[in-house]
Amino acid sequence: MNTGTEDQAPPAGAAVRDTVCTVRGLIRTYPAGSGTRRPGLRRRGPAAVPAAGPAAVRASDGIDLDVARGELFGILGPNGAGKTTLVRQLTGLLRPDAGSIDVLGHDLVRHPDRAARLIGYLGQESTALDELTVSLAAETTGRLRGLDAAAARAARDAVLDELELAPIASRPIKRLSGGQRRLACFAATLVGERPVLVLDEPTTGMDPVARRAVWAALGRRRAENGTTVLLVTHNVIEAETVLDRVAVLDQGRVIACDTPAGLRALVADEVRLDLVWRADPPLDLPEIAALKPLADISGRRWTLRLPHDRARSTVAALTSGPGYAALDDFTLATPSLEDVYLALGGRAKGLVKA
Amino acid sequence: MTTQIRVPGRESRPAAPPPAPAPLAPRARMGSAFAAVYRAQLSRARVARIPLLFVATFQSVGIMVMMRGVVEAGDGEAARAVVAGSSVLVVAFVALNLLAQYFGQLRASGGLDHYATLPVPPAAVVLGAAGAYASFTVPGTLLTALVGCVLFHLTLTTLWVLAVVIPLAGAALSGLGAALGLLAPRQEIATLFGQLGMSAALLLGVLPASHLPAPVGWVRDLLPSTYGVEAFARTLGGSAGTDWAAVAGDLSVCAAVGVASLAVATWAYRRAACR
Repeated sequence: MNTGTEDQAPPAGAAVRDTVCTVRGLIRTYPAGSGTRRPGLRRRGPAAVPAAGPAAVRASDGIDLDVARGELFGILGPNGAGKTTLVRQLTGLLRPDAGSIDVLGHDLVRHPDRAARLIGYLGQESTALDELTVSLAAETTGRLRGLDAAAARAARDAVLDELELAPIASRPIKRLSGGQRRLACFAATLVGERPVLVLDEPTTGMDPVARRAVWAALGRRRAENGTTVLLVTHNVIEAETVLDRVAVLDQGRVIACDTPAGLRALVADEVRLDLVWRADPPLDLPEIAALKPLADISGRRWTLRLPHDRARSTVAALTSGPGYAALDDFTLATPSLEDVYLALGGRAKGLVKA
Repeated sequence: MTTQIRVPGRESRPAAPPPAPAPLAPRARMGSAFAAVYRAQLSRARVARIPLLFVATFQSVGIMVMMRGVVEAGDGEAARAVVAGSSVLVVAFVALNLLAQYFGQLRASGGLDHYATLPVPPAAVVLGAAGAYASFTVPGTLLTALVGCVLFHLTLTTLWVLAVVIPLAGAALSGLGAALGLLAPRQEIATLFGQLGMSAALLLGVLPASHLPAPVGWVRDLLPSTYGVEAFARTLGGSAGTDWAAVAGDLSVCAAVGVASLAVATWAYRRAACR
């Protein structure tokens, strides 16, 4: 797999490891129809599980990954792609059926307990912290990460100041808004430094200010300590703007892994044309009717992925012909990671553009 | 101390052996992890548990008021059983029922992941939570015992024995609650177990043992809360008339059940936290 980092200067120091996390052939299967619904496993659509027969769900289906030191590495995929299952194996919460996970020279399949001493993890759920105040959640987490009382308090104060949570430090997390709650849990993840951070959808529900605080805090730790960050997202805009590299996950497999620009180059010969109709599209016009089979239709919005020249001629025909009156809006855009995902054969929908 | 062996002709190829594994961060020590979990759990009471603690106490005081209608005041087996049973019921409500529900909910919602991804001894998580829930019961149990002794004209001089009864009955019942909450396959079943355990403590605890049919008495003997009730009831006639050896025997049963159930709960936590 192309790691995309060959041209980066190695960090100073002879024995510094370049690859922080190496995953090979990771397989994890959930028995289908087992009544126990695992947290983090969302069932796939009916296509993945045949109606008859106890088909197992392969949530990780031979995953290989290499994450370099100091990287901000993303795992992108729609709901049910197996992102959470993957990070739960990286953090020692779930045992793989097969495959290897090496983090900083430690075999985490054989020693899952070491994950807690190498990795700071932010899961999707905050129920363990919900009824604590922001301050106590951060301090307790620090103490449970092995800090003594004074160090935990100092680290708590530093992180709460850094994320501008000090004004709400004495409020119970439960009574905060969704975005603030997420930020408070992120703060707890940062108390007690770890060389690797694994964050499962860290910015869900956050406003732009909180998101910026998260990216700034991660940036500081990467610059100062060489912290490596693995994060799960289904938000393509976020993936394109902040990540160094992205592994695109679909049905438990990595279907592509590269920088966002490298991934977009895979579909560079296409553009995306979005058409929004005022009412029903005028299918009596032959040029409109000809587009319909190509369109991904969502309500009154048609999304078309077309070669450049075809897109140009389509726009020209639409804007000069009678169909223009029926259009509410149209946009022509360079491809996003969502287009990459679909072009690579990604089958599920559900990537978020926000 | 390692010795670097230089292979002739290899100097130009610094494709070195893999670097040594990175140092691991220290684990949290048992004592400090227990203290941190205990403190965090105790603070939850302020946010979420006050109404439930009020309900627990109100229920027990209500039962005593009700029973006062049929049980004579003054030192007697029935009066002692009502007061001791109602007091220990507060412990059963909080330590068994609420803790089973809490762990059931934590497990179902994935909240255990938080602890499982921190380098904490599992026993610290279980003991910290169990200890906090047992501590929640202190004000309610004391209030119930006080009201009960006044209502049934029993002596207040031996209430100090609650200082031993609450921790030991608390250990037994919270260990049981934690184990049930962590072992139950679903959250609703954890809730069900917790409720049933509390109902059993209520129905079998507040009536004198001699008034119960034999098979019910056997079930009563199987219930750990019974031994807390018995120990407390024995002292309610004043210290002169108390068989202290029997009290110690009852409390030893509580302690043994506490140790065993907390060990099972710790095992169940490990099992639930990493699959």
